[in-house]
Amino acid sequence: MTVVMEKPEKTAPAEKTAPVVGVRRVSRRVVVAAILVVWLVLFAVLRGKQTLSLASADLTDLHRWFNDVNDSIGADRNSNPFFLYFFNEIRLVIDNLVTFIQELISQPTEGRPVPQVGWLGVVGIAGYVSWAVGNWRVALLAMAGLTFMGLQGLWQESMDTLALTVSAVFVALLFAIPLGVWAGLSDRFNRIVTPFLDFMQTMPTFVYLAPITLFFLIGPASATIATVIYAAPPAIRITAHAIRAVPETTVEAADSLGATRRQALLKVLLPMSKRTVVMGVNQSIMAALAMVTITALIDAPGLGKTVVQALQSLDVGTAFNAGLAIVVMAIVLDRVATAASTREETARGSGGRFQAWRRPLLGAGAVAALVLVYLSHTYVWAAEFPGDGTVGSKIASAADTATTWAQDNLSGLTNGFRDTLTNGLLNPFQTLLTDSPWWLVGAALIGLGVVIGGWRAGVTTAVCVGLLVATGMWSDAMTTLASSVVATVLVMVFGVVFGVWMGRSMLVDRLLRPTLDAAQVMPPFVYLVPFLALFGATRFTAIVAAIVYAAPVAIKIIADGVRAVPETTVEAATSAGCNTWQIITKVQLPMSRSALTLATNQGLIYVLSMVVVGGLVGAGALGYDVVAGFSQSELYGKGLAAGLAIVLLGVMFDRITQAAARRASA
Amino acid sequence: MARHWRAGAAGLAVLGLTLTACGGAKVGDDSSGSDSSGSSGKCGTFNLAVNPWVGYEANAAVIAYVAEKDLGCTVKEKNLKEEIAWQGFGTGEVDAIVENWAHDDLKKKYITQQKVAVEAGPTGNKGQIGWYVAPWMAKKYPDITDWKNLNKYASLFKTSESGGKGQVLDGDPSYVSYDAALVKNLKLDYKVVQAGSEPALIQAFRQAEAKKTPLLGYFYEPQWFLAELPLARVKLPDYTKGCDADPEKVACDYAIDPLDKIVSKKFADSGSPAYSLVKNFNWTNDDQNLVAKYIAVDKMKPEAAAKKWVEANRSKVDAWIK
Repeated sequence: MTVVMEKPEKTAPAEKTAPVVGVRRVSRRVVVAAILVVWLVLFAVLRGKQTLSLASADLTDLHRWFNDVNDSIGADRNSNPFFLYFFNEIRLVIDNLVTFIQELISQPTEGRPVPQVGWLGVVGIAGYVSWAVGNWRVALLAMAGLTFMGLQGLWQESMDTLALTVSAVFVALLFAIPLGVWAGLSDRFNRIVTPFLDFMQTMPTFVYLAPITLFFLIGPASATIATVIYAAPPAIRITAHAIRAVPETTVEAADSLGATRRQALLKVLLPMSKRTVVMGVNQSIMAALAMVTITALIDAPGLGKTVVQALQSLDVGTAFNAGLAIVVMAIVLDRVATAASTREETARGSGGRFQAWRRPLLGAGAVAALVLVYLSHTYVWAAEFPGDGTVGSKIASAADTATTWAQDNLSGLTNGFRDTLTNGLLNPFQTLLTDSPWWLVGAALIGLGVVIGGWRAGVTTAVCVGLLVATGMWSDAMTTLASSVVATVLVMVFGVVFGVWMGRSMLVDRLLRPTLDAAQVMPPFVYLVPFLALFGATRFTAIVAAIVYAAPVAIKIIADGVRAVPETTVEAATSAGCNTWQIITKVQLPMSRSALTLATNQGLIYVLSMVVVGGLVGAGALGYDVVAGFSQSELYGKGLAAGLAIVLLGVMFDRITQAAARRASA
Repeated sequence: MARHWRAGAAGLAVLGLTLTACGGAKVGDDSSGSDSSGSSGKCGTFNLAVNPWVGYEANAAVIAYVAEKDLGCTVKEKNLKEEIAWQGFGTGEVDAIVENWAHDDLKKKYITQQKVAVEAGPTGNKGQIGWYVAPWMAKKYPDITDWKNLNKYASLFKTSESGGKGQVLDGDPSYVSYDAALVKNLKLDYKVVQAGSEPALIQAFRQAEAKKTPLLGYFYEPQWFLAELPLARVKLPDYTKGCDADPEKVACDYAIDPLDKIVSKKFADSGSPAYSLVKNFNWTNDDQNLVAKYIAVDKMKPEAAAKKWVEANRSKVDAWIK
């Protein structure tokens, strides 16, 4: 859920080379091959020289300086006016907001052993709101989803998570929508804000978790702010994209009718982009839920805490049960938000009779919801979820059984596969990156950046290479890069296979999509424990984790791309006698080339956001450095530098692939 | 239209009233006698950090249970990573950490420099870090548990990650480790590979035993997993005082670390009965392992595990709160 789908912007000027595309494409391939050959030859000669490797306990001056800055901030926390009057005020406001929602639905309040609104009230409100903003189908889904969490025996935990997610998304949108509108209207602001958004999305949370609790203290405020940092960027990007996507002619028409800027914004731009903006809200919710287990490390209450505690004793069943509740919550919120974004059109389509009934029905629904709230406020049976979570323990023991079975029966197969891939592909590639002199790898990267992405991408690559060297983490960055590229290649293999399958069949799409959603929000360690048994603590396990998280995005983008190929073209090919294989390889894939590039872009960025998780299961390198920096104060600066290196790798590949995507669509 | 609206509202009101009439017990009816609000005056609120491992949780659960039941404190358990828990001493949000593994860097920062924390004595648990092999290996190769023979077996421990050498698997980076220096200074043909977390390490040992595959790794006690699988310890050159002074030149086994408790300065000066409980709290590795086993293996809730242990060991508890 890290980075939002950023479609190549149409407003950007197409590269000047477009007219000679045919000639250029051939020569571009040759140039890429030439760069690789020169690299290999020089590697053979210069192997092991100037590799800039740094032992795991060694620090550079930059790392020490980061340590000092961090210490000095901590030391004068209580005397610094900035803290006293700025951070403390922010903390108070957010703390109050979260505590208010918690006392409403999850935490006992003063004098009451239960929260103000019990389970029946929450289910009632959720059903009513989903119906009012969406339709009756999602209302049923929402009510069933919430009841399911109760049956799992996780009612209070779920409500705590819901309270935090709602507050974080609310705060995020408070900033994100205005900023997004601004970025949509002003190219200049967009250029300024983009690097910050990249930073917020790819900088590992572990790096700033400790400083945040220093600024905002331990408690709901810190957890909310950590979540906001991660959840706001998708909403900003999508809002900006939505504003930009409003056809220019429409805006001009409004102008010529004498609309002021303000009127154009409120009456034309915002209503017309509403649907896409809601998709941004959607992505914010997903991102917020992906933070649930991380914020549990700074005492955020809820499902994340259950997952973290269960994993201390490798209790996969309990962790899976809680993870499943997160998945259910994500799917409910996702479907409701999606229904809300398409409601008006479907309602308009369904005719006037329903419209006439809508108002009284809404009123009646509100009364019914209020009655339920009242009941749940007053009576114990409606306040505390009945039962003792037997469904939950059944789910847990089923998950345990499945895990044990897989561990006992599959590991022979999996080890062979792991060793083949590691020795055949990963090790040679990693050696090439880490054992070449740094300037050789840097030059090759810049060269590839220029050839694939154009001059501007080349300049960005050069800057990123320079900064990577400056972080002192060059060697580890290359190790991480090797695993990430291998993971991305595999993500694309899955993406193409399943994306084409889903794109060609609605049925497959409907069956697979919930699984893809689950893979994106299930806390990684829940499925990593069995993977660890199958593949051991290795780089390969880290690659598998990255694929599970990143492949769904690539699959979804490619499925969309394949579906967008005009029906008539496919029919024409069929009538020309093409078989299915030919249609896929000669028509559908080539015609969704820009979707493929976008999927590569998002795939790699999602893979990079799993680097830290990889560090926890044996990948070493940057991910491990970040985790170590979080756990040992002398290594804090090094962890920060490693975090920066991840951001730099992300920015470098984002700019190259986006430039390439623009070319592909030009 | 208006008629429908009225009819609907009336129907719902009737429904609501019916439900209300046969509603059942009301919230607050049972006057919630469970929280002993009467005796909470003296102790007040006690902010107890809970670090994320089971052994710590055992300590915290027992202390919290005694503080609540015997001293009438309101205990607020805060689930935090170590670094953040220490940081909480300065901001006044954490009163006590009840299982600390050395952390000389943090002691220097928060006790010596910022003067916001003080030591509150040992927990009685002895922390012992070392190198371990899966039990089946110790049976099959009896001499493998001496470091001098490790090179002989190095080829057994090769993995896809160890670059042709034997693998020493390390775990969570929060724990002190000078394994890389040990490998170098003892001239072992091994490479340290970072598993990166405790679950990864435990899972590796579990699989090694189940599949009879070789594994040499870093581990430590007290740890609940040793009750499930008694790993065999590899003897490294004996620890002598000061042999670990220079982390680059270490060539001896890890020292036995008495685990200790740290409290905030404010808490220590407050005269709270919870402080003297923390200060007096002391038990053995076996005690902790038992409670940890209740939590990790028997899957009891920490409070239930604490209750069970406290009821069986009343005399020990009484010595802490005398």
